[in-house]
Amino acid sequence: MPLDFALLCVGALLIVGAASIYWRDREDVARLVYGATGGLCAAIFLSAVVPRGAHALSTVLPLGLPWLGMHFRLDPLSAFFLAVVNLGGAAASVYAIGYGAHEKSPMRVLPFFPAFIAGMNAVVLADDAFAFLVAWEFMSLTSWALVISQHDRRENRAAAYIYLLMASFGTLCLLMAFGILGGATGAYDFASIRETPKDAWKSGLVLAFVILGAGSKAGLVPLHIWLPLAHPAAPSHVSALMSGVMTKVAIYGFIRFAFDLLGAPAFWWGLHPLVFGAASALVGVLFATVQSDLKKLLAYSTIENIGIIFIALGLALAFKANGQALPAALAFTAALFHVFNHSLFKSALFFGAGAVLGATGEKNIEKLGGLIRAMPQTAFVFLGACVAISALPPLNGFVSEWLVFQAILLSPSLPQWVLKLLTPAVGVALALSAALGAGAYVRAFGVVFLGRPRSPAAQQARETDKWSLGAMSGMLFLCLLAGVLPSFMIDTISPAAMDYVGGRMPSQADIAWLSIAPIAESRSSYNGLLVFGFITFSSLAAMQTIKTLWPRPVRRAPPWDCGYVDPNPATQYTASSFAQPVRRALGAIAFSVHEKLDMPLPGETRPAHFAVEIGDRFIQFIYDPLNKAVWYCAGRLNVVNYLSIQEYLALVFAALVFLLIIVAL
Amino acid sequence: MTFLFDLFAQGAQMALVLALSPLLIGFTRKVKARLLRRRGPPLLQPWYDLLRLLKKEVVLAEDASWLYRAAPYVIFATTWVAAALVPTFATGLMFSWTADLIALAALLGAGRFFLALAGMDVGTSFGGIGSSRETMFGSLAEPATIMIAFIVSLIAGSTQLSEVAAYMASDFELRVSVLFALIGLIIVAIAENGRIPVDNPATHLELTMVHEAMILEYSGRHLAVIELAAAMKLLLYVSLIACVFFPFGLARHDASLEAMGYGVVFYVVKLFVAGFLLALFETSTAKMRVFRVPDFLGAALMLGLLGTLLVFVTRSL
Repeated sequence: MPLDFALLCVGALLIVGAASIYWRDREDVARLVYGATGGLCAAIFLSAVVPRGAHALSTVLPLGLPWLGMHFRLDPLSAFFLAVVNLGGAAASVYAIGYGAHEKSPMRVLPFFPAFIAGMNAVVLADDAFAFLVAWEFMSLTSWALVISQHDRRENRAAAYIYLLMASFGTLCLLMAFGILGGATGAYDFASIRETPKDAWKSGLVLAFVILGAGSKAGLVPLHIWLPLAHPAAPSHVSALMSGVMTKVAIYGFIRFAFDLLGAPAFWWGLHPLVFGAASALVGVLFATVQSDLKKLLAYSTIENIGIIFIALGLALAFKANGQALPAALAFTAALFHVFNHSLFKSALFFGAGAVLGATGEKNIEKLGGLIRAMPQTAFVFLGACVAISALPPLNGFVSEWLVFQAILLSPSLPQWVLKLLTPAVGVALALSAALGAGAYVRAFGVVFLGRPRSPAAQQARETDKWSLGAMSGMLFLCLLAGVLPSFMIDTISPAAMDYVGGRMPSQADIAWLSIAPIAESRSSYNGLLVFGFITFSSLAAMQTIKTLWPRPVRRAPPWDCGYVDPNPATQYTASSFAQPVRRALGAIAFSVHEKLDMPLPGETRPAHFAVEIGDRFIQFIYDPLNKAVWYCAGRLNVVNYLSIQEYLALVFAALVFLLIIVAL
Repeated sequence: MTFLFDLFAQGAQMALVLALSPLLIGFTRKVKARLLRRRGPPLLQPWYDLLRLLKKEVVLAEDASWLYRAAPYVIFATTWVAAALVPTFATGLMFSWTADLIALAALLGAGRFFLALAGMDVGTSFGGIGSSRETMFGSLAEPATIMIAFIVSLIAGSTQLSEVAAYMASDFELRVSVLFALIGLIIVAIAENGRIPVDNPATHLELTMVHEAMILEYSGRHLAVIELAAAMKLLLYVSLIACVFFPFGLARHDASLEAMGYGVVFYVVKLFVAGFLLALFETSTAKMRVFRVPDFLGAALMLGLLGTLLVFVTRSL
């Protein structure tokens, strides 16, 4: 029943998208569409979390390929991701009821917004290759339409073009993967794929295609280049969905293949996710540290978090291949927990960035500052989300990273030497990215919200609307809840872990005082509720005691600044100066930096000028050569344009013969 | 009854770290002064300073926001909670299973997060420079701490500090990786507490200052609370090193009152030794340039990684 209901709601989302075109002349069209979308998302969320009678529900709709139909299935894993998608979708809709008022041409966004959410839901529910690929491509195309919605800006068009290219590449890879899995018999429903025995080389090839396909959608390094371009281009509620939710759908795709369809893993399956995950975590956070565009900064930080999730999944694969069910369950739970957490705080951060953008019209953080006074509520929520994403206790980001660390601490028991040597290095990458991430968010929050306003726009900012604030605060509240009561989350993930890694963590609900203990209490335990309680209690107690014993007044005065008070806000530390030490100490790993300093000679009156250019080494070493190669081949093949009709026919004949030979082999 | 006793022991520990931390600072200053052939301020001077600050009015910069006023208490609370989790005179105290070694590093990270934000709040150039440098130091010191946590918890089979201390006290054998962890942790402790050669806690008005630059605009009770938190952080690191690497004299949580008393005596002796060594080290070295610090901390990180690798490899042999 929940599955049919969810599918019905997905259909309704598509209808809402179409209806928005019919309603286009109504004054309140945006409210109608976002309201309906939010309601439908909430309904699907409920159908994902209500207790189901059967373990997995499935149904076949008479759509799609005539002999296949469209299979849909709801099992613990898809239910989890269904909940993540629709929680994000509902929050983005509520946020958009307020934020959507800023939209200059709403009809470029409204029809595609519900359709995008419908596509993501369909991917998570699909149970055959055809349905999966159609839904995947539908999700890609609708999100592309949203990325290009503000097409009057040149960089947005370029971003949309690269996005389309990378998305098509990803779908192509997944198509190949399904082709190999389905084989000549054409058994494309997941149940038959699961049952077919696979050769080792076939599994390896499929895994490679899946890492490329799902990795390009998730933003795994080095397939990440579209992400920092596309996220700033889209409206903020769409950025939140793309970053917080769509990348999670890509991770769902990876899990579906690697843990389910491909059958029992070999130990080396874990290597690729571990290596690419660690690279993504480090590269993502280093780029986030030096960005001046707030939404780009958030996009790079998404790459970092995707890396963390892939590290956990790689560990889970390695443990599963060696038959260590409990550590595998721990790593798998950590990955899914982080999926959930990231969807919460990244949505909240993008909502906050949208609020700042709406209030000041400025994405460049070098021109912001002091917004904590003009927008106190937005600032509070944004600060909370920063603390959560920086993996600081007692909020939720810490819990999932802590679980990943616990999984790494179990990895000396892995028998393979390559894994033994790799996991400590991955641990360093994870620890570094966590610490650098905290620094990146100190910088982001500090430069945008603290200090003195650096521009008139920042000075005249006003607090954002109630709807946006409501959506943001809701997400922050969930962050706190997941942080102080993690045991419930872990127990919720357990059935999915049982299905896909064959083990589960010990039930956490029975542990006293709501602690969590992944293996045993003597080994490691953490209690978010008590940490939260202690911090709150001791800070309030200290404040009360001091104010009661020594009630001294507070006097406002100009800042001291070592005796030199300069009223010009330009004397503050800027975002680039803040990032300079980290850039110098660690930046060379990830990017090339060119500093341009134009210093006037004594006597000249023109101002000095300083600019930093940061180049992406992956573009430099992978994409630029690739681009050149494509142009070279295209130039060479240009002669095919000018053939006679006989030559064309000969070409077609040769191609036919060639393909027949391949099939015959 | 045992519950009440446990609660009392935990409360005593929290009060003890609060009371002893300014004394540790005072003792270090005194030793440093004596080594430089000065007389030095009295041992209790840090406490006198704190009380004097508490009795003064707060002069707040015009641009300071609510975060600036809340940050001292948040920093104080996270540091105090972290310090309360480290075994000082006894292991397995009531709250010790609330958080482990990794959570401890993250709690200190939370304190640093708010301290760096407070440095940026007033919008002065000194605050920014301090926050920026603190962020760089922190982004190397924190992973180093986690790698050291990896080493000791892999050896002891637990990330719980009490379990680690109990293991180290019972069957300790000298290993290379433990030595690496010790050196790494000392480096981290020096950097995290802004001691020479990374930062100089005694100076103002120098371009080299980090911690002092961030709290330059604080005054009155806010400054007192921050100073107290900084003192507790130093005490925390000393206790951490003491309980993991020199765990002798630690009482167990179910020990008698007498054993606990001995634990306190041992603990105070360890603090005196650590303070003396710190003063000796600080008087015999010079402050290094800011961009040398990443190399200094990078050494700790590499020691941590090497140690972890060694443990990973030797565990299976």
